[in-house]
Amino acid sequence: MKVGRFNWPLWVGLLLTLAGGFSFLLVFVWIPATRDFPWANLLIFLVAAVLLFVGIRRGFASDRRRPTLSKIVTSLVALFSFAFIALFIFSVFVFSRWLPPSTGAPHVGQKAPEFTLKDTTGRDVTLTQLLSEPVDGTPPKSVLLVFYRGYW
Amino acid sequence: MEKSRDSLKAAGVRPVAISIDSPEESRNLAQDQGYTFTILSDPNAEIIRRYDLVHAGAGESGKDIARPAEFLIDSTGTVRWVNLTENYMVRARPEQVLDAAKSIK
Repeated sequence: MKVGRFNWPLWVGLLLTLAGGFSFLLVFVWIPATRDFPWANLLIFLVAAVLLFVGIRRGFASDRRRPTLSKIVTSLVALFSFAFIALFIFSVFVFSRWLPPSTGAPHVGQKAPEFTLKDTTGRDVTLTQLLSEPVDGTPPKSVLLVFYRGYW
Repeated sequence: MEKSRDSLKAAGVRPVAISIDSPEESRNLAQDQGYTFTILSDPNAEIIRRYDLVHAGAGESGKDIARPAEFLIDSTGTVRWVNLTENYMVRARPEQVLDAAKSIK
């Protein structure tokens, strides 16, 4: 079989790999359905992996013009791409689950522990205040406490 | 959270965010992002520890930070709904909170 000089599946595979990773950070992470489970990115990676395999076969074909160079470049690009995909999958599915267990957190039906903390103006605020102080004239029915990692 | 502000308000929910960020850092964040809800600062993770939500050493230069968690507390101070995610990329959806809030009279 005569193959073209330019190994496009390899390079398109590489581009798709990068696109699959960065699109998650730029786009999909903002959409709950694709953030909770990045199926769109996994699909992109699947297509990228197929192209990379085709690219590897072409890069290692015997009728390349410069076989040694072709093999080196193909190996490097493929290795990088698969490492990138592996890192993505690792960080999304493994690393982000490394959370300590929280067995002592208040359960439904328990009293929420009281606290005093400073707000953005430096004023001390207690949970009791938050529960009773009116918002725009009406006292709140409930308070939603959102603990987040912060931006340090 | 800012996007669901109106529906939360309609359900009588006061959203309050808590992290180890200093009041200044939180003020800058609120200004940049246009946040209007209350943001509280727990720089030594004291309250985060009281709620057993410490993610030890996960912050910058090994600081203790909070693992993401959400609590809905009614006016008597009783916890009515909790979300402790097992994956820090998976957070509570506004609809879940609103469903729980609607059951509070």
